[in-house]
Amino acid sequence: MTSLTLVRRIRARPQIVFDAVTTAEGIAQWWGPDAGPVLAVESDPRVGGRYRVRFLRMLDNTEYESSGEFLEIVRPERVVMSWRWKDGVPDPGESRVEIMLKTIPEGTELTFMHSQLQDEESRRSHEGGWMGALDKLEALYGAADAV
Amino acid sequence: MVNCQERLDRTFKALADTTRRAILAQLERTDGVSISELAEPFAIHLPAVMKHLDVLREAGLVTRSKSGRTVTVRLRAQPMREAMDWLQLYERFWSSSLDRLTSYAESKEAETRKKSR
Repeated sequence: MTSLTLVRRIRARPQIVFDAVTTAEGIAQWWGPDAGPVLAVESDPRVGGRYRVRFLRMLDNTEYESSGEFLEIVRPERVVMSWRWKDGVPDPGESRVEIMLKTIPEGTELTFMHSQLQDEESRRSHEGGWMGALDKLEALYGAADAV
Repeated sequence: MVNCQERLDRTFKALADTTRRAILAQLERTDGVSISELAEPFAIHLPAVMKHLDVLREAGLVTRSKSGRTVTVRLRAQPMREAMDWLQLYERFWSSSLDRLTSYAESKEAETRKKSR
């Protein structure tokens, strides 16, 4: 996987979505992989400004921290930021998060892209000591899911 | 109760072996296989296969049930699912985050409309 793209249609105007994405108050409400709480947020949403989010992942009861820099900010259309793990995950280097907001009749279409992940992926599979097993695992998982 | 980190450790240790992955792949194709059938394709002795099965069972990746003289081995999905969840860190992370972002923004929108009325 070199990038991940997700699309959501949201019944809210782009300005509201944009602020939810970029302000500390907003980020605290949604950031994180599961129901674990956001423990700390700092955000300075302007080009060159930084953000830092610390959160608890319930799945493994571990604190993670991600941080980076706002590279592009066009309210209410587009945010680009760099992303780097601080705690919880061995430092895989920097990746890039891009969020685009488009006005649609019901509100906003949000396109989310996390890219430049390839280094992370290869590094992680080396660490696990089971190189090349990821595809097999996925095949297995797909089948196991149906059991 | 075994915590999640320990379970993940066991799962990944169990998966870090070619023979054990081959056993799982075989169980994936045919669910519910006897131990002797399972041992057949491998150029190793039955006790060695039993050892591998013990590791897989400890990790919760397979179950064993006995009926008469036959022991049947089955694949168990749950630990694999947890391992995949861990591997699919980004996808789970963002998918779950964007779901919450959506409901948060929608409640903010409703609030704003109420105020402007």
